[in-house]
Amino acid sequence: MKHEPYLLPNGRVLRYSFHERMIHWMAGFSYLYLLLTGLAFWTPSLFWLALLCGGTTISRELHPWFGLVFVVAVFLMFGMWGRQMKETPADKAWWAAIGHYIRNEDDKMPSADRFNPGQKLLFWGFFVNGILLLLSGLILWFPQYVPWSLHVVRPLAVFVHAVCFLLTVALFIIHVYMGTAMERGAFGSVIRGDVSRAWANHHHHSWYQQILRDSESQK
Amino acid sequence: MSQAATEIIRISGHAGSVPGAGIDREFQVCKLVDTTTCIGCKACEVACLEWNGYPFSQTTFNNSYQTMPETAWNYWNLIKFNEHEREDGSLMLLMRKDQCMHCEEPGCLEACPADSAIVQYANGIVDFQEEHCIGCGYCMTGCPFNIPKFSPAARKVFKCTLCNDRVSQGLEPACIKTCPTGCLHFGTKAEMKELAETRAAQLREHSGFPDAGVYDPPGVGGTHVIYVLHDAKNPEAYGGLPKDPHIPWLVQLWKKPLRWIGNLAIIGGVLGVFIHYMRYGPKVVKEDENHGGTQ
Repeated sequence: MKHEPYLLPNGRVLRYSFHERMIHWMAGFSYLYLLLTGLAFWTPSLFWLALLCGGTTISRELHPWFGLVFVVAVFLMFGMWGRQMKETPADKAWWAAIGHYIRNEDDKMPSADRFNPGQKLLFWGFFVNGILLLLSGLILWFPQYVPWSLHVVRPLAVFVHAVCFLLTVALFIIHVYMGTAMERGAFGSVIRGDVSRAWANHHHHSWYQQILRDSESQK
Repeated sequence: MSQAATEIIRISGHAGSVPGAGIDREFQVCKLVDTTTCIGCKACEVACLEWNGYPFSQTTFNNSYQTMPETAWNYWNLIKFNEHEREDGSLMLLMRKDQCMHCEEPGCLEACPADSAIVQYANGIVDFQEEHCIGCGYCMTGCPFNIPKFSPAARKVFKCTLCNDRVSQGLEPACIKTCPTGCLHFGTKAEMKELAETRAAQLREHSGFPDAGVYDPPGVGGTHVIYVLHDAKNPEAYGGLPKDPHIPWLVQLWKKPLRWIGNLAIIGGVLGVFIHYMRYGPKVVKEDENHGGTQ
């Protein structure tokens, strides 16, 4: 899918289109409900979270439906971002320099395209775990339809669901931290869609330079 | 359980010892099912429905006397009929009353995430508290005996209560009361175990069943429903009674190590990003920096 980010008349850069932002928050809000209800079922000390999510039985009823919404959003993301998330040979150098990134020594980082390799990891992490959570979740949704001769798949589904849940929580913590506190300006890009030119140049240098080249050639 | 209120351990102003001191009271109840004297009359099935207030369900005919393939959310007591060919070529009709085993280490309770939905009483009865059940079905995953069943209408899970309402009033369970052959017995765990062993020895020594024995599986810590079987080496022949039942190891792994590792990882992750912020702070982009005019 060809995506066309462009320079805005107010001197800013469109980072995410309205369509992309809507799908991001379709995933975001459904994941939040899944996370809170999931944590409630995960450990007795957080069972009270189910009360915040509509009650204990309501939480159990709605969790799978929100799961479907989340998986649909993940598949839509795959459709619009899958190609841009492909690993490139340049990603190795970025990962090799990850220590600089963590220490905010961004001037020592190789330049990133529209999505940096960390964002690609987040995307594929949610994509793969999303599929596994869907498959195991379908068994957890309807355990009564699993015949007793196949009952071994029930504990397997429970275990896979729990492991994938933990992996997405790790991704989620890092994603929310980076998208709000750590990278100033990133949260706005997924709300109103735009970032400053300096932000685009700093965080996604290769992508921004391509935008500049495209706008030059269109003149 | 209620007998504890009648047991005196100290008496004021009393010369001499406390009467009855040192008596070992047995509160653990047990149901004994002697499959060798069951005649398959299904009176226990009917008594269970009557006492628990369920209507008689649709039956399934599957070239067997069995009422339906397995117990249902509103059919907790089912005699499983199995034709069994012995080594000498003769046939036996094995009849085993299937119901909740009331495990000492119940897999349903271990797997359940809902506060107070499953309780285990001191007398050994494992009971579902449906008002707290959220209908997730994890109990069905934890049970090695295929007992908890989901009600699509109530969206909750039900199973045999071992007539907890009767037992707490000093009565025997409904199935025991109705059994016409005396193949069902009810009493303390110790008494039932002794009775079962006596019967198994009788079968071995006098009735030509050298492998007769008692089914009280240690994998789930023993059960509060025990069987006398003609062939204790082959419980599977009795309608799929598991040879060595235990809580599925993936459920144990999930509820113990994985939960602890996961909780530590979640707390560690949240603390980790907080510490990162304190140490390194945000990535600030200087708005006056040369933003790509050079090419």
